[in-house]
Amino acid sequence: MNDTFELRGGESHIEVHKFFPGAVVGMAVLSLVLQRILPVYLPRLEILDLPLLATIYFGLSRRNPSTGLLLGTMMGLMQDSLSGPTVPFGEYGIAKTVIGYLASSIGSRLDTEHPLARFALVGLFYVVHQASLTVVRRLLLNQPEGWFNMHLAIAALVNAVLGVVLFVGLDRLRR
Amino acid sequence: MVGVPSRHRSLALLAGVLLAQVLMLALQVKRDSRGRLIRVWSMTAVSPFEKGGAWGFDKVRGVWGHYFALQGTTRQNEELRAENDELKLTISQLQSKAAEGDRLALLLNFRQSHEKVPMVMARVIGASAGTASPPVELDRGERDGIRRNMAVITPDGAVGKIIESYRDTAQVLLLSDKEGGAGAMLVSSRIQSPVKGTGEPMLSMSYVAAEETVNAGEKIVTSGMDKIFPRDVPIGTVLDVKQGNPFKQIRVKPAAQLDRLEEVIVLLSQEPVNFKSDDDQQGAQPAAGNAAVPAAGKPVAEKP
Repeated sequence: MNDTFELRGGESHIEVHKFFPGAVVGMAVLSLVLQRILPVYLPRLEILDLPLLATIYFGLSRRNPSTGLLLGTMMGLMQDSLSGPTVPFGEYGIAKTVIGYLASSIGSRLDTEHPLARFALVGLFYVVHQASLTVVRRLLLNQPEGWFNMHLAIAALVNAVLGVVLFVGLDRLRR
Repeated sequence: MVGVPSRHRSLALLAGVLLAQVLMLALQVKRDSRGRLIRVWSMTAVSPFEKGGAWGFDKVRGVWGHYFALQGTTRQNEELRAENDELKLTISQLQSKAAEGDRLALLLNFRQSHEKVPMVMARVIGASAGTASPPVELDRGERDGIRRNMAVITPDGAVGKIIESYRDTAQVLLLSDKEGGAGAMLVSSRIQSPVKGTGEPMLSMSYVAAEETVNAGEKIVTSGMDKIFPRDVPIGTVLDVKQGNPFKQIRVKPAAQLDRLEEVIVLLSQEPVNFKSDDDQQGAQPAAGNAAVPAAGKPVAEKP
C-alpha cells in the first residue's frame, strides 16, 4: 500500500498517490468532527459536507475502487452514527459508498489534479450524493423528499469551491 | 507492487456493501403499521411462493382425493343411495298425508256448511273383489246410524248407495257399477232420466228422447225421484251424445272420482244438500226438497 504505481489510461500515465501514515484516517475523523462542530457555531456552514469532500478526495487520489468504496462506506456509517437516532444506519453509508466507488473509478481513468476538473467532479459528486440520499429516503425510508431545488444547486456550488481549495491543502499530505 | 483489483471484483464488492447496508436499513426502519421494512420485504418476497405452494398442495390433494383415494366411495355411494330411497319414501308419505289432509279439510268444510243435514263421514277401507266396479266398504255401520239405501256422496258429487250395513261397516254400491244408478236430470233443460252404471268409468243416461236437444258438457244432477239421493246433487257431465231411436245414447263423466275414493259422506236423510258452486255455475234452481215433477213423456227416475 505504500508502494507507488501507475495506471495506464489510454496513452497517458495516471499516478496513484500515497499519503503519510495516518493521514487518511486522521482527515476522515477530522472531517466528521468538524461536520458536527462547525454548524453549532456557524449554522450557515451546515451547507458543507466535509465527510463527502474527504471521501471524494481520497477516492480520486487512491484510484482503487475497492478501497474507495470501503472508505466511503466507513465515512458514511460514521456520519450515520453521529447524526443521532433519527438517521438510520446506512442512509449516508449507501450514498457515500456510491461516491467512494465512483470517485476512485473516475480517478483511475482521468487526471483529476486540475482545479477545474476537481470543481466539476466535486459538484457532480455532490449532486449524485444527494440523489442517492433522496433515493434511499424515498424508497427505503418512505420519506417525502424532493429531487432538486435551488438549495441543492447552491450547496453543490459551495462544496465544489471549497473542494478545490481544500484539495490543494490535502495535496500536501501526499508523500 | 500491489495488483490492480479487477473491475468485476470491485463491482461485486460494491454490490455486497450496498446490499448489506440496505438490509441494515430494512432492519431498522418501520413502515407505518406493517412492522419493520425487512419483514415487509420478506413477506412480499415469500408470499408468492406461499400462495403457489398452497395452490399446488390444494391441486394435488384434490387430484388425490378425487381420483385415487376412492376406497370408501363405493360404500359411501351405497349409503347415500339408501338414504335417498328412504327420503323418497318419506316424501311420498308426507305428500300422501298432505293430500289426505286436503281431502279431510274439504269434507270438514262440506260438513260445516250443511250442519242441519244429518250425515256421517266415513273412510273407505276396502272393496269387494270380482266385478268391474265392486262395492266398496266403509268403516262406519249401523252403530253410526247407517242403513240400507242411504245416499253416499263426496263434496264433488254422488257416489252411490248403501247396499249393506253391518254393525261397524257398510258396503256401497257405486254409480258406476252395472247394478248402480240414480234418478237424474239435465240441469239446463230439466229433462229427467235415470243414470246407470256400465261397469266402466263412464255412466250412461239412457232414456232421453231422440228429439230432445242435449249438448256435451251439460251438467247432470240428481232428481230426487229415486228416494235415495236428495235433489240437485251433482252426478256428472255429458261427455258425448249419440242419436238413437227412440232414445239418445248419452255418456256421462261422473262428478265424483269413483275410482279413487278414500273418504265419503253418508247422508242419513234425504234432506236437500246445496252444492253451491255447481248451482251457481249452471244457473240451476236452488234445491227444493223432493218435490220434483218429472218431465212429461219421459221415464221417471227409477229406484235402483
